[in-house]
Amino acid sequence: MGLSKEELLEKSGKLYDIEHIRKDFPILKQTVHGKPLVYLDNAASTQKPQTVINALTDYYSSYNANIHRGIHTLAEKATSAFELTRETLKLFINAPSVEQIIFTKGTTEGINLVASSYGRQNIKKGDEIIVSGLEHHSNMVPWQMLAVEKGAFVKIIPVNNAGDLIMEEYEKLLSDRTKIVAVNHVSNTLGTVNPVKEIISLAHKKEAKVLIDGAQAASHLDIDVQDLDADFYVLSGHKLYGPTGIGILYGKKEILEAMPPYQGGGEMIREVSYEKCSFNELPYKFEAGTPNIADTVALKYAIEYLDKLGKASIRAHENNLLQYTTEQLKHIDGLKIVGTAKQKVSIISFSIEGIHHQDIGILLDQHGIAIRTGHHCTQPLMGRFNITGTSRASFALYNTIEEADKLIAGINKAIKMLR
Amino acid sequence: MPTIKEIQDTIIDEFSLFDDSEDKYQYIIDLGNKLSPFDTKYKIPENEIKGCQSKVWLNSSLKDNKVFFEADSDGKIAKGVISILVRILSGQEPEEIVSNELYFIDKAGLNTLLSMNRANGLASMVKQMKLHALAYKTKLESKK
Ligand SMILES: Cc1ncc(COP(=O)(O)O)c(C=O)c1O
Repeated sequence: MGLSKEELLEKSGKLYDIEHIRKDFPILKQTVHGKPLVYLDNAASTQKPQTVINALTDYYSSYNANIHRGIHTLAEKATSAFELTRETLKLFINAPSVEQIIFTKGTTEGINLVASSYGRQNIKKGDEIIVSGLEHHSNMVPWQMLAVEKGAFVKIIPVNNAGDLIMEEYEKLLSDRTKIVAVNHVSNTLGTVNPVKEIISLAHKKEAKVLIDGAQAASHLDIDVQDLDADFYVLSGHKLYGPTGIGILYGKKEILEAMPPYQGGGEMIREVSYEKCSFNELPYKFEAGTPNIADTVALKYAIEYLDKLGKASIRAHENNLLQYTTEQLKHIDGLKIVGTAKQKVSIISFSIEGIHHQDIGILLDQHGIAIRTGHHCTQPLMGRFNITGTSRASFALYNTIEEADKLIAGINKAIKMLR
Repeated sequence: MPTIKEIQDTIIDEFSLFDDSEDKYQYIIDLGNKLSPFDTKYKIPENEIKGCQSKVWLNSSLKDNKVFFEADSDGKIAKGVISILVRILSGQEPEEIVSNELYFIDKAGLNTLLSMNRANGLASMVKQMKLHALAYKTKLESKK
């Protein structure tokens, strides 16, 4: 435990050239309140490399056109760029085919799509939906709404003091009444990496379908939906160095084919008369209306950026930051790390005795340090730990050990002001 | 008792002594630390001011046709901010509280300090105190 800073720097330096990487992210160059920006709110949204920003301006400056139905050159160019992203994402999560990649606004929309379409079709009175105690409101509220509508029940997998799901309790919750299990791959508040493969396989024994919320996993872990055997997998582009307003829903083909459309409109139909219509095939059945073309096109560049660095190197780098920062935080009097799961990504939530997280956040901002404070859209989880919120620092591929040091110094200074 | 305007001007003067925003925060925190103790029996959901991450409680009473505020917060900065508002508004007549503009927020540079969603907390505090005053004002007028 606890490598020295020098050892860490050397280890990280061998992984990749961090100074070079930081230059790819123009936003990082700025100062905030006269101090260099230290951006540690990556779990909320990551910054974008220049290639992604260029892709956006390039799209609007040279080939903006509505896709699919056009026969002119720009429309074809836009369509092919748009579809290329689908191809890239298919590889990114190892989906068997491109038509299983459905573009959404993001994770939240993906979950709502499944809850509305698959859920309404398949959930009956008395059925059970299992979610975990670690869920973001996005993976809780749509299921609660569905349950209320159908007279079904939402059951919660409890969380232990370390922030791990209690798997024995999960097994006890599973029954023939279980129809859907929805859990996150990684907790946005605690950083816990959940044993989703095991969760899926146990659910499948009861013939329940499983949705994995990959919002926090996609930028850190290798995603292989086939190996996981996930029925649905959702993620957001903006959390993996891509634009806002674009994400994907992956689903197993036979499930997606049997599902009714989510929204009606253009693009999702095959034929329409005044009396009826027939629906388009996958994935267009679920993509009504003109999609978010520009952001979809640019998302490909984010994935390519990640692939170029390699998730393994990114993970190693982020893990160094996680270990180092965790170790340093432990030395701060009265500071408690919330979430000490066996397997974590580079997300650290903490609380400090007698000090409100909002005060920490405001004072760190004075040093140009951006963290997130509050309940992180996981109010039930906060209740589980008897707190109203935490301060959360989350690290990305471009963060440095020096930034971790600034965070620690900033916290120490804030504590001095507040006590 | 100085007027709302006079107290605001004093506060603007005090804040003008600091040019570093961190020092301004320290001053706000110190002011909060000096706020008179708040009876825990008033720490009830009905007295909570919505709109800030920190919990803020506000209670008021009318004595000799003047409104007296007491407040507390679980956040030090929020407590400092509400303490400034209490200092300005407590002991004033309802009509004065309702009609006076709180220009010190801009003039003392607190708007940038407590910017954006944090300012919502400040705005909700002001709104809530004015609402209390308005209720007393209506009550007094109906007695006339
Ligand atoms: C675990 C998790 N699920 C869902 C979401 C919602 O994602 P989005 O707002 O991009 O739809 C988030 C975002 O914070 C998240 O962290």
